[in-house]
Parts: sequence; structure tokens; C-alpha cells
Amino acid sequence: MSPLSNEEWSVVRLTLLVAVRAVLFGLPLGVILALILARARFPGRAVLDTLVHLPLVLPPVVVGWLLLLIFGVRGPVGALLLSWFGIRLVFTQEGAALACAVMSFPLMVRAIRLSIEAIDPGLEQAARSLGAGALDRFCTITLPLALPGVVVGALVAFAACLGEFGAVITFAANIPGQTQTLPLAIYAALQTPGGEAVAARLSMVSLTLAVAGLLAAEWLGRRLRARLGR
Amino acid sequence: MIRFAMRHDFGGTRLDMAFDAPDRGTTVLFGPSGSGKSSVVAAMAGLFHADDVVMRIGDATLADTSQGVAVPAERRRIGLVFQDARLFPHMSVSTNLRYGARRAPKAGSGDFDAIVTLLGIETLLDRRPHTLSGGERQRVAIGRALLSQPRLLLMDEPLSGLDAARKAEILPYLAQLGPVLALPMIYVTHAMDELVRLADDVVLLEAGRVVASGPLPELAGRGDLPLAGRDDAGAILLLDVAAHDRDAYLTRLQGQGLSLLVPLLASRAGPVRVRIPAREVILATAMPQGISVHNRLAGRVRAVVEDGARHTAMVEVMVGSAVVLARVTLDAVRRLGLAPGNDVLALVKSTSIDVIAGLP
Repeated sequence: MSPLSNEEWSVVRLTLLVAVRAVLFGLPLGVILALILARARFPGRAVLDTLVHLPLVLPPVVVGWLLLLIFGVRGPVGALLLSWFGIRLVFTQEGAALACAVMSFPLMVRAIRLSIEAIDPGLEQAARSLGAGALDRFCTITLPLALPGVVVGALVAFAACLGEFGAVITFAANIPGQTQTLPLAIYAALQTPGGEAVAARLSMVSLTLAVAGLLAAEWLGRRLRARLGR
Repeated sequence: MIRFAMRHDFGGTRLDMAFDAPDRGTTVLFGPSGSGKSSVVAAMAGLFHADDVVMRIGDATLADTSQGVAVPAERRRIGLVFQDARLFPHMSVSTNLRYGARRAPKAGSGDFDAIVTLLGIETLLDRRPHTLSGGERQRVAIGRALLSQPRLLLMDEPLSGLDAARKAEILPYLAQLGPVLALPMIYVTHAMDELVRLADDVVLLEAGRVVASGPLPELAGRGDLPLAGRDDAGAILLLDVAAHDRDAYLTRLQGQGLSLLVPLLASRAGPVRVRIPAREVILATAMPQGISVHNRLAGRVRAVVEDGARHTAMVEVMVGSAVVLARVTLDAVRRLGLAPGNDVLALVKSTSIDVIAGLP
């Protein structure tokens, strides 16, 4: 007998799906931003750095509300997405993924950035003297050497996405089967008379996933670094 | 011909130098730390943008600030070997070696085995860089640079991070690169043994400018250059092995209009490079009797350069077409009346002559 009901399983599936989408969406941007913050020197760098870290210090509800303002159907970006591509993010699963991505973004960028900063710039100079152009160097030297950070960043972000509450409920609402991820389902269960048992089961799942994610990040990171002889 | 000039202001310290290097053989940039050697390397390679720089190899202009030319480093085709090997840690030795070769204009697959053998790294190909010793790493780095088919090999103190034993392990490989590969090399160092062993030509640097440049024997024979101020100063001669006297256990070296006896070098033939330490040379105005010295070279004083700090003088003696340097006391200069144009005998113990291994 399954420990979880069908509805509960679908909540778990939905949560994982939202987290995977959030990480896949955030990762390319995260790598680019980490590279810029680690290597480039330009006037607006401090502003960009602050902007990236903002979700870490802002109340998640505020982030959700800002997302509503920007990506809402009347927001500057949301209106364009709707009229050009017919995409609506508010109150959808994609919206939940976006909210998770934004909230976990600082953690991801931080991990990637640290691993890029740990790379000896001399290696890139050596690659340059051997005839490798900028994109070539990035693909063959910088990215592979930063891989431990990229993997760890992705896994930590993934684990964080599983637990995101405030921004998701504000931007995507709490729609069962649509945007109701684990924390939202736990919250809903606690609001329902006699729902403590459901809440407890889902909490156990949540705890297991979070711990597994962090352990995986630690283990993979160590293995990848060992391959590089560090 | 490699032509280089640069001017740069490092907020107070100015660097202003120009030199030419032949497009064959090894040119050593020699100078103390802070003389600007590393800036020269970086500017040549295109990794550092000086205020004003000119860099030409043959007909190719790689940089000329006045004409607005600055070929990016990745297209200069200058092989670089750094003090730290800078091997890519996520690649095997073999992949490291092929990194530059894959990006070279034409694939020279035949070179791979030859260069790997030349550097003695055949057995390392499957290893990871972090499992190599310092000397092995540096040999792989040299191989990687050579395989990128450069038109110039630039080495920035490649041995200074290694201990004496590792250094002795690599020097023979470096010494044979020049003669085997028809590739000009510019080699930066502050170590006298590397200069003596590797240089065909020398550019002497001090405080951001060129003090002198020319063939090694010529500069080593000058008493007025910083080289002569060192404790290990001495003339360098390019000679040939003329004959072995197996009964007397002596070898006769000949060339540049003189001949020298040294302890038997039975296995050597052809050209050799010798160094005669200046402080081992005795000057005499008359042929001494009953003395063990084999080499009594009749010459003429070219110059007497006083060294105030040491209370000695460096005497340049022309012997044949060569110059022998002798460090003597100021008192000896006075007693013998040494002055340019005087005839003099340079007495050189055969055992004090350094025959430098592995190179003409």
C-alpha cells in the first residue's frame, strides 16, 4: 500500500516538475550572470550584484508581488508575452516555476560564481596563447572547470525550489493540480479541519527531498572536484 | 628577424626598450627581477597592452601602436611557456598536448610523436596533470606550446619554480630544442647557468631598459656590463674538440684562433661551449717557469675596467678572435702596469675551465 494518496502523489510530481523547470530556465542565465560578476569590471556591476541578490533578502511575498507587476497580464513584460506569444504566466504552473527560479537564483549564481572565481586566470591565458578565442575558451576551459559549482548551484537551487512558498502563492496562487506545490499543499492541509495527517505526510516528503538534494549536491561537488585534482 | 619595442608607464616606473632577435636560435632576455622581463613577454604575446608597442616576426606585424595594429593573442601563433606549467587540470596530458595542435592552421599530425619523444613524455600521455612532477609538467607545457605550431617560442622563466635536480632534468631537453627545431626561441631568465647553457644571443635588461644585446660570447667578454659585475663572471668561448690525448688524459679544444687543454673528455666531439671564470685567470707579463698551468694564452689587453666596490679590475684580454676576462686586484694592475694595448699572458688552469654539457 502506498503511503501517499493519489492526490498527494500528484502534488509531489507537480512540485518536482516545477522545480526542474525553474532550474532549467534559471541555469543558462545563472551561468552568464555568474561569469559577468566574477570576471567583468564595469560601472553598473555593484547594482547588478545587488539586483541578483535581492530575492535573498526581500520578503518572498514582495518578490511575488513584483513579479505580478512585471509579468501580470497588464505588466510591461506580461502584456507583451500575452499579445505576442499568447503566454500567460500568472496563476499557471509556468508562473510557479518562474517564481521559484527567481527566488532560488541568488543561491545558484553564488555557487557558480565562486567556482569561476576559483579558476586560475592563467589557464585562460594559456588557452589564448594556444589559439583559443573567447567562446572557445569559455566552452573548453572555464565552463568545464566551473562544472562542480554549476552542478552544486543547480542542485541547491532545485532543493530551494521545492520549498518556495511566498512568491509562488502570491504570483501563481494556490490552485490544486496547477500551482499547488508541496509547501502550498501543506499550508492548505493545515487550514482544513482534520488535515494534520496529510500535512504531516507531505512534510515528511518535503524533508526527505530537501535532505536528498543537499546530500546529492555535496557528494557530486566533491566527486567533480576530485576529478580536477583539487 | 624579430623586432620588438615597447614603451609603458607603470605609474612612475617607466619601461622603454627596443631590441632585435635573430629568427634562428635562442635569444635570452637576462636581467634581475623588476627589470621588465615579464612585461616584455606579456606584450610580445599580446596579453598585455602597453602604451606603445611594436612587434614583428619576419614580415608579419603583430603589433604596431602607431599604425593601430594589435593582433589578438589567440591569433599571434606565439607559443608560451610560463613559470607555472598551466596545464589544463580537467584534461589528460595527451589532450593538453593536442589542445593547441587542434587550433593550429594546418594539422601537423606527424610532429606529435617526434615532439613527444624529443621531450621524453611518451609514458605520461594518459596521466592527469596533478599526478605529474614539476619537471614533467613543464616538459608537457613545452610540448603543448611546440605542437601549436608557433612561429616563435616564448619562455618566461620556465625553470625558476623548480629545484636544482628538476632543473638539471629539463635543461638538456631545452638545450636540444634550438638545434633540432628550426624555431626561434626567446627565453627569459635571471639564472646565470640557464643563460650560459642556452643562449645564442643575449638581451641584457636593467630597470626597464636594454643595457646591451648581441651574441653571448661577445657580451660575456665585456668588462663594463652588469654580467662582469657578478661573482660568476667569465668569458664564454665557442670551440671545437680537436684531439684527445689518452696518454696524458687531456683533450685539446680549438677555435677562435686559440687552443685550450682541458681534462680528457673522451666521449665528446664536435663543437663545445666553454666558460672561463674570470677570477680563475692569472695574468703574467713574462712566461713563468715550473708551473702546472697548461694554458698560457698570449694576448693583448683590450680594456681594464675598475670595479670600485670590490677593489678589483676586470681585464679584457684579446686572444686570437676571442676575449678572455680576468679579475685581478687593483694592486696587480698597478704592479704589472696593465693598460690597453699591452701584451700579456693569460694563464688558465685546465681544471678551472667549465665545459658546458649538451650544447655547442
